[in-house]
Amino acid sequence: MSDAGLLAQQVRTTNKAFWRNPASAFFTFAFPLMFLVIFTALLGGGNVEVAPGVMIQQDSYYVAAMAAFAVITATYTNLAISVSFTRDAGILKRTRGSPLPAGIYLGGRVAHAVLISILLVLITAAFGVAFYQANVPTGVLLWEYFVTVVVGAMAFSALGLATTAVVPNADAAPAVVNAIILPLLFLSGIFFPLEGAPQWMIVLGDIFPVKHFAEAMLGSFYGPPLQFEWVDVLVVAAWGVVGLALAIRFFSWEPRK
Amino acid sequence: MTDEVITVTGLRKTYGDLEAVAGIDLAIRSGEVFALLGPNGAGKTTTVEILEGYRVRTAGEVSVLGFDPADRSRELRRRVGIVLQSTGVDPYLTVRETVALYASYYPSPRNVDEVVDLVGLSEKRDARVIKLSGGQQRRLDVAIALAGDPELLFLDEPTTGFDPGARRHAWDVIGNLAELGKTIFLTTHYMDEAQNLANRVAVITKGEIVAEGPPSTLVEQHLGRTVIRFRRPPGDLPPSVRDGSTVGAEIEIAVDEPTRTLHELTSWAVERGIELEGLQVTRPTLEDVYLELTRGEAGAE
Repeated sequence: MSDAGLLAQQVRTTNKAFWRNPASAFFTFAFPLMFLVIFTALLGGGNVEVAPGVMIQQDSYYVAAMAAFAVITATYTNLAISVSFTRDAGILKRTRGSPLPAGIYLGGRVAHAVLISILLVLITAAFGVAFYQANVPTGVLLWEYFVTVVVGAMAFSALGLATTAVVPNADAAPAVVNAIILPLLFLSGIFFPLEGAPQWMIVLGDIFPVKHFAEAMLGSFYGPPLQFEWVDVLVVAAWGVVGLALAIRFFSWEPRK
Repeated sequence: MTDEVITVTGLRKTYGDLEAVAGIDLAIRSGEVFALLGPNGAGKTTTVEILEGYRVRTAGEVSVLGFDPADRSRELRRRVGIVLQSTGVDPYLTVRETVALYASYYPSPRNVDEVVDLVGLSEKRDARVIKLSGGQQRRLDVAIALAGDPELLFLDEPTTGFDPGARRHAWDVIGNLAELGKTIFLTTHYMDEAQNLANRVAVITKGEIVAEGPPSTLVEQHLGRTVIRFRRPPGDLPPSVRDGSTVGAEIEIAVDEPTRTLHELTSWAVERGIELEGLQVTRPTLEDVYLELTRGEAGAE
C-alpha cells in the first residue's frame, strides 16, 4: 500500500474506532451544543459589547464562540487524552515496532481530529441558524472562516500531541488537559465576552493561542462590525509550529514510568 | 557469516550507574529457534528491545538482518515480527480488522483469515478486541506479529497466561514457523517451553551470559548425572549406592553410568527378595540447570 493509502486507512480506522466508543463520541458532539444552549439561555437575548462601542447579538456571539470551543475540544482535548490512553495501552509501542512510519500514524490521528472539527463546526453553525437566527458567513468571510477552522484545528492538534509529553499516565490525562485548557477558555472570551475584564487577564489571554483563535473565528463568522485579522490566524499557526516542535522532541511512544 | 541473522558483540547498556547488559555476544543463524532465559531484571528484555530497535545501546556492535536496529530502518521492520510483553491494540476493532490493519503495513503479507485460523481465533474473527480473554488477546498478539510474513520473529514471553492446551497449541504454531525456515528469538520463563522449542538457549543473569548451547548439551555440561531414588530398605545397602545421600527416608544418588548402577542395585534387591519402593530414575531437566545457574538471582522479581 502506498503511503497515501496508508494515511487514508489510518483515518478510516481511527474513525471506525471513534464511533464504536459511543460515550466518547457523544460527548465530543454534545458538549459544544449543550454549552451553546446553556449560555444563550442564561445570558442570551440581548446585545453584548465586544469592543468599545461595538455591540453584537449575544446569541450570535455564542454560536461563533462555541464553534471555536468545539474545534479545541475535538483536537486539543480529545487528542491529548486519547493519545495518552493509546500510549498507556501499548498501542503506540506496537505501532512503533511495525513498518508504519510514525508520521503516517500520527498524521492519521490529526487528520481525523481535523475532519471531526469541521463536522462539529458545521453542526454548530446549522444549530445556530436553526435556533438562534445566526447568519452564516459568505464570500470572502466564508473563505477566512474555513482557513481559520483548518489552521486552528491543526495547531491545536499539534499542541494536544505536545501535551501528552507532560501527561504522566492515562488516568491523569483528563485532569492535566483540563487544568491547561479550562483557564485558557475563560481567559480568551470563549465562555464570557472579555469586555470590561481586568487588564492582566487581557494581556495574559493575548499570549496564548486560544484567544486569537476565538477572535478570528468570531470575526470571520459574524463579519462587520467585527474585524477579522489575519494576524490572529498567524499567531495560532505559530503556536501550532511550536507544538509540533515540542511534540517531535518530547513525544513518547511508550508508557512513562 | 552470511548465514547469521543476528550478530551481537560486546553489547552493553547502562542506565546511570546500573549496568543492565554487561557485554554480551550472540550469534543466531538463519532458521534457528533461539531462547534467551533469565530471571526478571537480568537484562533479557533490555537485550531484546535493543535488537528490536526500541532501545539505543551504550556500546557494542549489533546487526539484525544486516541492519543496525538503532537506525530504525523501515526496510528492517518490514522483515521482522515482534510480540512484546505488554502491547495493546484498539479495543473497538475486531480481530479480523486488527490483523488486516497490521498486514497492510507490510509489502507481502500473509492471508489475514489464514493467520487468524493459525492462532486459533477463527471463532472470534468478528469479535471486538475488548471482548477477548487475556489468552485470546495474547494469541492476537502472535497473529499480528505473523501478519507481515516476517523472516525473523521476536517473541517476548509469548505464552504467559495461557492454559496448558493453548500453550501446546502455541508451541505447534511456533514449531511450524520454524519448519518454514523462520528464525525465532524467544524469551521465556518456562523451561519446558525452551526445551521443547529451542535449538539453542542462553542463560543471562546480571547482564551477562552464563551458559549457552543446545538444551540437551547444557544439561549434560552442567548437571550431567542421572539421579536414582528409592526408599531405604531395611538392612545393608549394596556397595554401589552406599555413598548416596539420604533425604528423609529416601536414598538419592547421582550416577554417571545409570545402567550399570541400576543393574547392580536391582539384582541385589531381587536376590534378597526386596521390593525397592518408590524407585525412580530421573534425568535432570533444563529447569534444574537454570535454577543452578541463576541461584541467588531467582525471586529477584
